[in-house]
Amino acid sequence: MMGAVPEYAIEVRDIRKAFGSVEALRGVSISARPGEVTAIVGDNGAGKSTLIKCISGVYSADSGEIRIDGKLVHFTTPEESRSFGIETVYQTLGLIEDLTIWQNLFLNREKMKGVGFFRILNKSAMRDEAASMLRNLDVYIPSIKSRVRGLSGGQRQAVAISRAAGWGSKVVIMDEPTAALGVRETAKVEDLIQRMKGQGLAILLISHNFDQVLRLADHVWVMRQGNVMAGMRASDTSGDELVALITGTSAGRK
Amino acid sequence: MNQSSKSPASSAQAEEAGTSTLGKIRTASKDPFFWSNWIVVVAFVLVVLVFGIIAPHTYLTLYNLNNILVASAIPAIIVVGQTFVVATAGIDLSVSSMMTLGAVIFGLTFTNNWPLWSCALAATAVGGIGGLLNGAIIALRKINDFIVTLGMLSVAAGMALVFSNGRPRQIVSAPLARLAIGGFGQIPYLMLIALVIAISAHFVLFNTRFGTHILATGGDPEAARAMGVSIRKVKIAVYGISGTLAGFAAILTISRIGAAEPAANTSILLNSVAAVVLGGVSLFGGRGTVFGPFVATLLLQSLTNGLTVVGVADYYQYVSIGLVVILSAALVRTK
Repeated sequence: MMGAVPEYAIEVRDIRKAFGSVEALRGVSISARPGEVTAIVGDNGAGKSTLIKCISGVYSADSGEIRIDGKLVHFTTPEESRSFGIETVYQTLGLIEDLTIWQNLFLNREKMKGVGFFRILNKSAMRDEAASMLRNLDVYIPSIKSRVRGLSGGQRQAVAISRAAGWGSKVVIMDEPTAALGVRETAKVEDLIQRMKGQGLAILLISHNFDQVLRLADHVWVMRQGNVMAGMRASDTSGDELVALITGTSAGRK
Repeated sequence: MNQSSKSPASSAQAEEAGTSTLGKIRTASKDPFFWSNWIVVVAFVLVVLVFGIIAPHTYLTLYNLNNILVASAIPAIIVVGQTFVVATAGIDLSVSSMMTLGAVIFGLTFTNNWPLWSCALAATAVGGIGGLLNGAIIALRKINDFIVTLGMLSVAAGMALVFSNGRPRQIVSAPLARLAIGGFGQIPYLMLIALVIAISAHFVLFNTRFGTHILATGGDPEAARAMGVSIRKVKIAVYGISGTLAGFAAILTISRIGAAEPAANTSILLNSVAAVVLGGVSLFGGRGTVFGPFVATLLLQSLTNGLTVVGVADYYQYVSIGLVVILSAALVRTK
């Protein structure tokens, strides 16, 4: 893996974040390789959400560093984080129900045409590109001109993921992407995540579903009480071991 | 406008449904926008037909239809601003008194011998400043829009009384009189101005980044913010536009009545909210057109005019307009 290409798409080192006297993150270090799914597991309150919010720019960490493709980066807002190629698919998905799929895909990144003051939306270009964004990930949606309101949970998730994956992004963070989905839709979203892997994206997956983690992930980080307890290849671990690490009955390994 | 009319044939949907007109109508008919827009058009035609049958020789005359168009122009301009505000899930209750204040400022500058264009500019600017103030307080201080604009309603109405000493000023101006009386063919100039504003607003809402952000802000402010849309800027801008249009509408009012009156025209406010609801703009934001509220304004004016023509007393007109509003809101709600 070493050579001209940096080994890790994202590397987080010794991140600390406290809210008043509550230490949410006590020196967390994780990394994720391109073309891999890296899972972060942990009980509620373990610091997973705080960690991804630090990475996506919603919070700024008190100390520690973040490297993208080996380069040290600094950001304090989600927009800046996004400009370094970090995209987040939130549990709430962040889609506007009354806008169409293509409008959602291009929200705040609208393609324009015209010059100077008379710049208008380039709708046909956005529709075409939206269609190809979905096609690249083999997402089947009847029409990119339908409004999100009419889509199923799985379709919405697919649109939100396509948006995150479609902007030359390097790291896509997914917070419980299948928590609200049925069995068939979960399978489809998991397929989608596999295809994103195939495109060389580094995927950070937050999940409570250990079966899913073991099925999808290449690497797993286990968090407990604001610390990383363990990090290992998914093929080297088991559901039982993850449970033991998360609950604290196992001391952890790194 | 209905969605099918702006769909290029190259899109995926058109390929699916076939590029035939029928296919386009079929796909458009699945869109809730389509129905809320056409219901108001049907209602408008119905109102004109009913009064046309009841009073063919007084209602359906060129003279009277011209009256309806002239009377619709000012509320139609106000409703464009209200549409923008409501599309962001807000409401602007200060439009009518902002218009009154604009008129008084016009009167004040006019009697001080300012040139006509600068009087017009002053009236528009005062509305714009008031609107921006509304927006800034709502967006930056996160205070309920209902409270802020209700307060502004009183502030602007009070300032109108202060600046005018409570007395109307006569405005004698040949160009303004020509504006009120003249027209282009059968279309009065005032309606022409309203049309230009409405068409521009439609264009802004559906063909600019700002328009998309208005709908996104109203549809789901959290999601919009997560994508980096500045909710604050959008909010301040829509209230600014609403105020500016109210100030601008004051110029047309003066041209119509030949005076700057400090009395608040509350029916303008009711009208604007009513037309927005009738026109299918969601009060929860995120959904709406300019076309719907515009036609709804024509509908409400035709109704008022029709009731007058058939001899229903003024008092009952308030009752009927109010009922139409509640009824239409109930219709939209259950759909």
